[in-house]
Order: sequence, then structure tokens, then C-alpha cells
Amino acid sequence: MRFLLMLYAEEQAGATIPPEDMAKAMDGMFAYQQALTKAGAFVSTSALGATTDARTLRMQGGDIHLVDGAFVNQGGTLNVQEGPYAETREQFGGLFVIDVADMDEAVKWAARCPAAQWGPIEIRPIVNTMSANEPAWCADGGFAPDAGQQPEP
Amino acid sequence: MTDASPDRAAERVARESYGRLLAYLAARTRDVAGGEDALAEAFATALETWPREGVPDNPEAWLLTVARRRQTDAIRRSTTRRHGEAHLSLIQDELDDLAMSHDAIPDRRLALMFACAHPQIDPAMRAPLILQTILGLTAADIGAAFLVPPATMGQRLVRAKTRIGELGIGFEIPDILALPERLDGVLEAIYAAYAKGWSDLADEGSALATEAIWLGRLVVALAPDAPEPKGMLALMYYSHARRAARRDSAGAYVPLEAQDTALWDQDAIAMAEALLRDASTAGPTGRCQIEAAIQSAHVARRLSGQDNWPVIVQLYDILLAMTGSPVVQLNRAAALAQAKDPVVALASMENLATDKRMAEYQPYWALRGHLLAQIGDTAGAHDALTLAMGLSMDPAIRDWLGAQRSRLVSLN
Repeated sequence: MRFLLMLYAEEQAGATIPPEDMAKAMDGMFAYQQALTKAGAFVSTSALGATTDARTLRMQGGDIHLVDGAFVNQGGTLNVQEGPYAETREQFGGLFVIDVADMDEAVKWAARCPAAQWGPIEIRPIVNTMSANEPAWCADGGFAPDAGQQPEP
Repeated sequence: MTDASPDRAAERVARESYGRLLAYLAARTRDVAGGEDALAEAFATALETWPREGVPDNPEAWLLTVARRRQTDAIRRSTTRRHGEAHLSLIQDELDDLAMSHDAIPDRRLALMFACAHPQIDPAMRAPLILQTILGLTAADIGAAFLVPPATMGQRLVRAKTRIGELGIGFEIPDILALPERLDGVLEAIYAAYAKGWSDLADEGSALATEAIWLGRLVVALAPDAPEPKGMLALMYYSHARRAARRDSAGAYVPLEAQDTALWDQDAIAMAEALLRDASTAGPTGRCQIEAAIQSAHVARRLSGQDNWPVIVQLYDILLAMTGSPVVQLNRAAALAQAKDPVVALASMENLATDKRMAEYQPYWALRGHLLAQIGDTAGAHDALTLAMGLSMDPAIRDWLGAQRSRLVSLN
């Protein structure tokens, strides 16, 4: 099964870490990735840019209707805001996608992640993944349409 | 009536008698969860009644009487055949109880532990079950130690208790000499709890290790003729004695060979030595006793400065022949590197490279990295140490491995 590990950290505190300490932390993250790879559990990882560079798109007002098999908002206005969706103490800063037997294994791997020392890690089962670089991946019973089923643009 | 405060009295009884009362209640019906419910109600009644009417002279007997009444009521309300049989046996129990003094509540905790560590119970649930039934720890506390959310741990505990009832696992103590593996199950579960506490450096970890030692003492007290429980308790005391020396003042990891022996707890070591002596005069030499003997040898070497690595290798030879465990083989290789040299040590662990159990076992990669560095295989050492870092949950050990790896790079 695939799981998403969402790594949260205090962005402000992270910005003040001296470069040599940061290098050490990144070394730990790289070692963690090597261990995941060796165990055949590594799928992908990403580090995210600062939330100050984030934009959140949000429909305000209106009602959601099902029209011809598609959900559309009627009467609302699409707004763009600066920053992330939620104001929280810790910010979503990076992610790992891992492939392991079950949630207990996923928690064990999350506990090995150096980021667990400085912020919470949310662990979510992945239902399916479509990627430009690999075939569609689907958990049991999940929905992963193949390219042929996708509607023409 | 005593003059102690009612809350404190209930707390004291809870700590000292929870497992004893539960074992007695559950043994009557083979229903662990039902026994827990009855006991919880009895404690709730005590907290309500004692402040008003004073703490009874024999709080334990008082709680047992109330809990038994609750248990009997619950069974009367139920109409299934199994419960009908249990009801008949309860009536018999009550007649027996009339003849029995309340001061002599039979101690059936060992039988309860055997039920919890029964071969048909999931090995991963044995330690959590014992922690809950004997010590009354909550699912939240147990879950934290085993990295499982409280609600999930709660469900697993309920299922395991249901299974004890469904399988009709009896609350008797098997002949320990005829069935040593049954005792091993209990000892393994307690040691698993200790190991969780040992590897977790936070205060909660220390608390779990202390609880496991308490359980170890209980088994020694309840089975005084069996040598293995003494061996296990000795093993836990040897480890416990070194707790304070495992980290320096800055929180950095300190391996055994570099530990300041002045920080070792001499009382704990003395208790361990006495238990080990006692165990080895009492009977057959089991796994725990040999592991304790190895710890004893480490203590002797560090305190005397006298090299005794060949003896440690010999002890590991016996242990390996007995268990065939890859972890024992790994520890033997570490001792062999000291007694002989890293080449011999690496050759002795060659088969472990393809052992799936070692693939995610951090100590394997740490030792491999350490030995490869000694024979000058810098690239191999770098890879192994990197994996060991990535598999570590403990930042102090990660840093220590990282420092070893940096020294490797600077040699080039």
C-alpha cells in the first residue's frame, strides 16, 4: 500500500537554523531516503517552497450544483489569496510517498524520518496515483482510470 | 477504619492490587474484559463511598466483594448457555468464598500472564495484554510505547481478550519444567516491554522499563523455583544500571566501551549479580541466564579493565546454538571483532547479508559499517552507515553514526 507522509514544521524556526546544522539535517533526510530505497519502500519525495510564496485559490459564495455529471459553482467568485489555506503553527513543508505493507509499517517509517524530531507528520493512505513518469498506481478497490478512459480535452 | 485519604487509598490499592484482583475475577469466568468492567465499577463505587463512609479496614477485600457482585449481576442478566455454566460455577465460588478469609485472596496473576502469553495469542499483543491486565495501564499509555494510536490499541486489546475467552484458554499455571516454552512466552512479552522502554530515552520510556522490571520481580516472586525469570530480571537490572551513562551531558550517544562507569547504578548491578548467581545454582541454564552472564562479563571488563572478549564469544556460541537467532549471530560478530579482528567478524556474519530480517535492522548496518571501516572499505562502510542512519529512530544514535561516517570521509 502507498502512503503519503506529510511533513510539517515551524517555517519561521526553520529559517533561522545555521547552514551547517541544516546540512546535517539534510544529511539525515538523505540517509532516510537511502534506507527507504534499500527496503523497496521509496516512491518519491518533495520539499516545498515557503508558504510566503504560496497562493490559495478559493471559490467564495455561490452554491454547488451537479450539472451534466460535473460539479459547478453557480453565483460564486473565484478569489486568489496569498499564503496557505490554513493559518497553523506548523506549515506543510515536504512529503514522502512510500510503499509498505500497512499503516503500522507506515508509522514505523515515519518515526524514522528525521523530520519527526521537529514537527508532526500526517500519514495518509493513498487511493491512487497518476504520474507522467510511471503507470497509474491504484490501491485495492481504488479508482485509477487509464488514459483511454480520460475525456478528450 | 484507617485515616488515610480515600483517594490516596484507592490509588494505593489500585497500584498494588489491580492485577491480583483482576486475575482472581477473570479466573472465575475466563472473561478478562468482564472482570475489568466489574473491577472498574468497584473502584468507581469506592471513590464515591469511601469519602463518605471512610476507607474500609481491608480495602482489597471490599473491592473484591463489590466487583464480584457486579460480575455475578452481569452474568445473571445474560442468558447464553456458556454464561449459564459460568453462573453455576460462580454460585460454587461464592460458597467457597464463604469458607475463605478475605485476607487470603489467591494470587492468580501468574496464571493470567500465562493466558495473555498463550501460543494462540498474537505475539505482538502479549506484552500489551500483560501491561494492561496486570498493571492496569491504559490503552493510551500502551499505545504510545508501541507506536500505535490509543483507539487502535484499545480495539486490539479488546479483540485479544475476546480471543482468550473464545479459545477457552484456562487460567492455570502449566508445569514450567515440562513446558519451558510457555514460560518463555511470558518472559519474552515482559522483556519486549522492557526493550521498548530501554530504546525510548524519554521519561515515558523510563517509566515503561520500570514497569517491566516490576513485572519481572513479580514473576520471580510467583515462580521462585524457576531459574529463567531470575535470569531475565538480572538482564533487565544490568541494562537498567547503565541508563544514566548512555548519553553525555549534551545528549550525545555514548557506547558501552566509552561509558563512565561511575555513572553506573551499583545497587542495580549488585542485584543483577545476586539474581544471576541464584539462577545458575537453581537449575538448567536458559537463554536469559546466558544473556545475563554476557552482561555480567561486560560489567566485569569495564570495571576491572581486564580483556575478557574470548569468554563473551564463547557465551554467544552457546546462545547461538540454543536460539539460531540472527540477532545473536550479529552480537557474536561484534564480540568476535574485539576478540580476534574485523575480517573474522565480517566472515562470521556473511550469511546475514541475504537474511530478510536484517534488511531493516539498524544494528546490523551499524556494525557492518563499523567493521568495513576498520578493514579500509570506505565506500562499503559509507553505504552501510548511511543505511544505519536512515533506519534509526533515535537522533542521538543518528548523529553518532553520522560522525563515524564523517571521519570515514576525512580519511580519504
